[in-house]
Amino acid sequence: MYGNDFGSAPEPVERAQTASEEELEAAFQAIIDGDGRIEPRDWMPEAYRKGLVRQIAQHAHSEIIGMQPEGNWISRAPSLRRKAILMAKVQDEAGHGLYLYAAAETLGVERADLLDMLHTGRQKYSSIFNYPTLTWADMGAIGWLVDGAAIVNQVPICRCSYGPYARAMVRICKEESFHQRQGFEILHTLSKGTPAQHAMAQDAVDRWWWPSLMMFGPSDAESTHSAQSMRWGVKRFTNDELRQRFVDMTVPQAEVLGLRMPDPDLRWNAERGHYDFGDIDFDELTRVIKGNGPCNAQRMAHRRRAHEEGAWVREAADAYAAKQVARTTPQSTPEAVA
Amino acid sequence: MSERPDRPARRDWPLWEIFVRSRRGLSHTHVGSLHAPDAEMALRNARDLYTRRQEGVSIWVVPAAQIVATSPDEKDAFFDPAADKIYRHPTFYDIPEGVDHL
Repeated sequence: MYGNDFGSAPEPVERAQTASEEELEAAFQAIIDGDGRIEPRDWMPEAYRKGLVRQIAQHAHSEIIGMQPEGNWISRAPSLRRKAILMAKVQDEAGHGLYLYAAAETLGVERADLLDMLHTGRQKYSSIFNYPTLTWADMGAIGWLVDGAAIVNQVPICRCSYGPYARAMVRICKEESFHQRQGFEILHTLSKGTPAQHAMAQDAVDRWWWPSLMMFGPSDAESTHSAQSMRWGVKRFTNDELRQRFVDMTVPQAEVLGLRMPDPDLRWNAERGHYDFGDIDFDELTRVIKGNGPCNAQRMAHRRRAHEEGAWVREAADAYAAKQVARTTPQSTPEAVA
Repeated sequence: MSERPDRPARRDWPLWEIFVRSRRGLSHTHVGSLHAPDAEMALRNARDLYTRRQEGVSIWVVPAAQIVATSPDEKDAFFDPAADKIYRHPTFYDIPEGVDHL
């Protein structure tokens, strides 16, 4: 899927010596303008490489941290069926994180460094995972709304100009659609259940609707990365376009569920052909991104603890591999495994 | 956090490239990569990572360091010889109307 192209990945290659920076950049932009794909060992502007590392790593971290809010409910799922489904979903999130870390590594960063940057707060993950999962209905709201928003964000990235990221995204999008459907099914079941179950479903939607809209990032007027990302084919649509698409898709689904979005200003605008919706509290988004959401500290502490407590497993696997090599090639030292 | 302070040079396990045969009759296709300490773990991890939905009946794992590839820099010169030999394609040839099975 990634295709490291094998060789010291992103060394600004030898060609750089024979062509000027302008020529290289023109050739690079020509590939993108022709809807071609950039592969790992192609020349690329440093800002393109850095921007992609930041974006892909943040995306990978989000998948990994995203296991926590749902992992919280595996042991309390209401049936064996729901439990098996939830485990499969959380396992998918781990897989998605691994696809994305591998894609980031094709840009010349190491997995261990990316994890360090997550653990020390130098790289971010999606703000949505800093909200708590208070009831079982939250599993439904996350699948339907959070994964739904993620899909709207991710589908255009399947056509991202950077090949390894686009290929990872194709695989992820295929797997995400089950995530969204299982969430919808949970809410549908609850909403058509007892009054208490219906209320629980409504409460979950009340809490997850606005944070889901924030997943698309700041409004276009405030977004800092958009213009260059568009020119480089990393981004295909603006934050506000994607947010509108999500609202338009989701509101009719809420009607089927028999649930209301917590927004008095939400209504169909026949003239625009879109739903109008109320103002988003972007101060809340900023607060959560800066580390002051309800669960930021808990998520990070858990991630660091899981990593530290797994150290002995990684060391044991290393030691075993070294021993196997030493047995089959008696003269080589364990260091040779490296 | 730095789990191997004694060996800072390589903190990640070696990288493996994964090839999956999706069903009998098809060749193995590259699906992605992963880190693993040895070949056996690479196979197990590849199963969990790339065949969670029965995507494969056979997996190959290859150490990424063992793969030799053409350089993107050489691309033009390296693949040039084929560029002017369009007569290798059947569509190059003019065949009169009414000639079948050719």
